Amino acid sequence: MAALPSATQHQVVAASPATKAEARGLSFYYGDFQALKGISMPVHERQVTALIGPSGCGKSTFLRCFNRMHDLYPGNRYEGQIVLQPDNTDLLARSIDPIDVRMRIGMVFQKPNPFPKTVFENVAYGLRVRGERSRRVIEEKAEQALQDAALWDEVKDRLHQPAYNLSGGQQQRLCIARALATDPELLLFDEPTSALDPIATASIEELMHDLKKRVTILIVTHNMQQAARVSDFTAYMYLGELVEFGVTDELFIKPQKKQTEDYLTGRFG
Amino acid sequence: MRRKHQDVVFALVGIVALMVAVLTFLTLFVNMAVDGLPRLDWQFFTNFPSRRAAQAGILSAWVGSTLVMVVTAFFAVPLGVASGVYLEEYARKNWVTDLIEINITNLAGVPSIVYGLLALGLFVYQFGLGQSILSAGLTLALLILPVVIVATREAIRSIPQAIREGSYALGATRWQTVRYHILPYSSAGILTGIIIGMARAIGETAPIITIGALTFIAFLPPAPLKAEPPFLSFDWVMSPFTVMPIQMFNWTSRPEAAFQDNAAAAGFVLVIMTLAMNAFAIWLRYRLRRNIKW
Repeated sequence: MAALPSATQHQVVAASPATKAEARGLSFYYGDFQALKGISMPVHERQVTALIGPSGCGKSTFLRCFNRMHDLYPGNRYEGQIVLQPDNTDLLARSIDPIDVRMRIGMVFQKPNPFPKTVFENVAYGLRVRGERSRRVIEEKAEQALQDAALWDEVKDRLHQPAYNLSGGQQQRLCIARALATDPELLLFDEPTSALDPIATASIEELMHDLKKRVTILIVTHNMQQAARVSDFTAYMYLGELVEFGVTDELFIKPQKKQTEDYLTGRFG
Repeated sequence: MRRKHQDVVFALVGIVALMVAVLTFLTLFVNMAVDGLPRLDWQFFTNFPSRRAAQAGILSAWVGSTLVMVVTAFFAVPLGVASGVYLEEYARKNWVTDLIEINITNLAGVPSIVYGLLALGLFVYQFGLGQSILSAGLTLALLILPVVIVATREAIRSIPQAIREGSYALGATRWQTVRYHILPYSSAGILTGIIIGMARAIGETAPIITIGALTFIAFLPPAPLKAEPPFLSFDWVMSPFTVMPIQMFNWTSRPEAAFQDNAAAAGFVLVIMTLAMNAFAIWLRYRLRRNIKW
């Protein structure tokens, strides 16, 4: 396959929102295999940005660069930059400790992964990790996070029961609350509803809509309708390259690239 | 029809194979119980060994075994668990860790007498620890170290990666992840491994004889608790000692039949101790796993 043409940026009109993070020429390697090829795109502040594309296109790999998740495994290598605003920090710089990156950027995984502890301990964990000792502060923040995750009313009477007793959708909202408790600047969602039923999916989507008022969201989804419903900006990726990035409504209605159009109309992928 | 016959044939072969193992153990156990049970009374546990079979007891042996086990656990548990956690959660996967891994697996297969020889040279003479409870405890700790390490690693490996990623994604350090997740969730498996290792150690004879445990001990080590400050005393670790299997060995080598019954009774007690430890391991695993499911 010949080199793909470089990504086209839609002209984002007038009041373009501020940039929260920006990938600049980001390449990523699993050992010798290059999974990402020079990706450059912004993530706008307090907006939902969706990453779509066929399986294996590198969208999850890209997402996991933002909180340096790849550092947990040997043989992985980044090239390029991801710059986080407002302090203009390159998250991938050698001098930056991945732990400090993860203190600022939260993540919600594909399959709900609550810890085998109580509901309360799950939400409190991020605060405890940061050295918070005051019971009162932890309780306040935990309640606030559960409220923000639209879970408080359902769990307030069983905060000290095992998190595994919750339903799948509730577990995923608990994982969102767990991430929210530490006030992340950017929240990463890695196909957060692929293990959930349609009703639980709807509640998570609604939640994302409310959350974007205070936190920037980057979401990977294999479900194009979901991207259309929840996101403000969409990036289409294919074989480790960014094909097209733009305002969701424009990208879905009038894609600039033939490739994007083929994918969106189901002729491919 | 041939295929179904094969099924039945294999089931029969399997049952026979199983019975060989079960029945052999049962026969030995019942035989020992029949010979030994009449000797089991309170005095048997509170008497020192004696030249007269009817008055001989296992006091010094069971006290010795218990104290040696305390020393063994004291050294084997922290060393084994720390090694297992390091290998699973910290060590980079390269040829060095591969080499260490192969070594540990092989250590588990080294005959125990070899550990005895090593301990005789190193602990007894080189370190000057003498023929003491401390030497014996260290020797058995070395012997069961591979068991503890392997059990720790197996238990840690059964924790889903999603749990680790969840913890790291919240900004946790490695140590926080180990402390709040890895150790608590693997504790059932680790404890089971420790107890099974200890159950093996309590029956070991060869390395203990090699380092020079005495076969006739008519006194107890100094008590670990004292009436005057500082109340605790560690003099006992340097004391000469004997253990259950050595006491048995001593009795079986005597010509009088009455001593054979003593040996059977001591053997019965030893088997019960081992079975009790294994039962405790199973119960513990059940208790701790109840609250954890993935």
